[in-house]
Amino acid sequence: MSSTAEDGLRILVCVKRVPAPGARIALTADRNDIDTRNLGFTTSPHEECAVEEAIRLVEHHGGSSTVMTVGPPEADEQLRYALSVGAGGAVLVTTEGTDPDAQATAKVLVAAIEALEADGGPFDLILFGNESADAGGFQVGIRTARALGRPVVNGIKAIEVAEGRVVARRESPEGYEVYRLDLPAVLGVKEGLNLPRYPTLPGRLRSKKADVPRQPALVVAGGLATLDFRLPSEQVTETTVLGDGPDAAAAVADLLQELGLL
Amino acid sequence: MVALIEHDRGVAPDTSFQALTFARSVAEQLGTAVEAVIIGEEAQPLATEAASRGAIKTWLVRHPELTDYGPEAWGDAMAQVTTASGAAAVVAVGTDRGNEVLAHAAAIDDLPFAANVVGVEVAAGPWALERVRWGGSLLERSTLDAPVKVLSVPPHAVPAAEPGNGELGTVEDFAPELDDQAARTRIVERVPAAAGSSLAGAAVVVSGGRGVGSAEGFAALEELAGLLGGAVGCSRVVTNNGWRPHSDQVGQTGKRIAPELYIACGISGAIQHWVGMMAAKRVLAINIDRDAPMVTKADYAVIGDLHTILPAVVSEVRRRKEGATVGGDG
Repeated sequence: MSSTAEDGLRILVCVKRVPAPGARIALTADRNDIDTRNLGFTTSPHEECAVEEAIRLVEHHGGSSTVMTVGPPEADEQLRYALSVGAGGAVLVTTEGTDPDAQATAKVLVAAIEALEADGGPFDLILFGNESADAGGFQVGIRTARALGRPVVNGIKAIEVAEGRVVARRESPEGYEVYRLDLPAVLGVKEGLNLPRYPTLPGRLRSKKADVPRQPALVVAGGLATLDFRLPSEQVTETTVLGDGPDAAAAVADLLQELGLL
Repeated sequence: MVALIEHDRGVAPDTSFQALTFARSVAEQLGTAVEAVIIGEEAQPLATEAASRGAIKTWLVRHPELTDYGPEAWGDAMAQVTTASGAAAVVAVGTDRGNEVLAHAAAIDDLPFAANVVGVEVAAGPWALERVRWGGSLLERSTLDAPVKVLSVPPHAVPAAEPGNGELGTVEDFAPELDDQAARTRIVERVPAAAGSSLAGAAVVVSGGRGVGSAEGFAALEELAGLLGGAVGCSRVVTNNGWRPHSDQVGQTGKRIAPELYIACGISGAIQHWVGMMAAKRVLAINIDRDAPMVTKADYAVIGDLHTILPAVVSEVRRRKEGATVGGDG
């Protein structure tokens, strides 16, 4: 059963560590991966908002937030970032080598969630990102929810919890669609749901000392296997420099007139 | 080969019949025909339309619980109709709904699902696929090994199937078995959006990045956009800093736009931003750094500080507009 108002909400957020590629993606020599030697890593953007939402919901309703990832040992960095902005706990399920596909990832998550729930009781709400920035599979949250037998809606940009239910909104061409789910429930969220906070200094210090338990993932490969990558052919554009500084204003206005925009 | 024809209460968005085009390209390799799937009785008129656009058979999925969109019920229905059809593959356009329905259908039968596929090579064993990542900045080559292949194609990657003058396909009713849980994620209400950003359809977008420096700095962009009848956009760093609302954000996790002219002010041009505006007909970059990727990829550039350039452009545009008005009146 879901929590009562007195003991608050038990929330789990599933996140993914992804590279932050900047202006150009570079591939390794064998084209099997993105060359990340000169790149930083970050939490996939939709999931950064999922973490923020969990923290806000717990601030408002009480309870606890836990952040979990299936990823390489280095994903400890993204979990500690979540702790530094206020997540209550973190769990790292470690994989080796290449990323498991979405089908495999969901199975690893389901096993890990069942273990966490056996110890601490069911999560009222499990949050995912709508899709990861790098693999873009659009499915891990849905697969996980299906396996757990819980309702799930993707693409969520507003969440409200009251009286054992979650009311969730998703954007449509005309405005918003509203969904109402009984807890426990699963939601896939999108950036824009909120504006994630930055870590505080005490938060950073706390996150450095925090215990982030690790457990190895038992990966059963799914049916979609990545062979390699290729960059789309880039159109070479000849840039016409209209001028330097404010003196270029006349040339800009000429361009606008030429394009029929003025 | 079945293709989901997406709709909202019987109205098909412009991407809906792209699923038939994509399905046909795969079906031709398989030597089979394309069947359409339409979920919900309210969309019955679309069944005739699918038939006229090349579906040899259209499955009209009817059930009392299928009165409006709900991801779980649609996923259940899609999985069941796919099984009933005996299809080797099922496709949809990778919209919010298309990807969501296919993810549910795949999860139900524990099948892999490949989202945003742009190339398919059918084989007796695993199929060879090419799919897009990073909003289109990277192509992944992969193999898909499954008894039924579940694929989505990115919106607008292929044109919509046109009504033909061939034989009209048949329409067959299909009644799925849905339990009383299936409708628990159905839409319960719709809220119209307050009139807000007209970013999506604007002919000119004046967009700002880190270089704008503050929320107040956007006043000059607002002014120029106003004079040109355009809209203001921004990059992710701007929304992260709280300078603009997320509804103004252009990029992988924001809006995808295709204006006549995109004026990028103080935007460096990371791929996550580029994929949101690369469909613009022309790009004008205003940037202090002439080596910024946005400048080197743009059609036109002005090098310098946007804080002095924009006011100059605004006053020049205003002068010419006033001149034109005076001239017109005289």
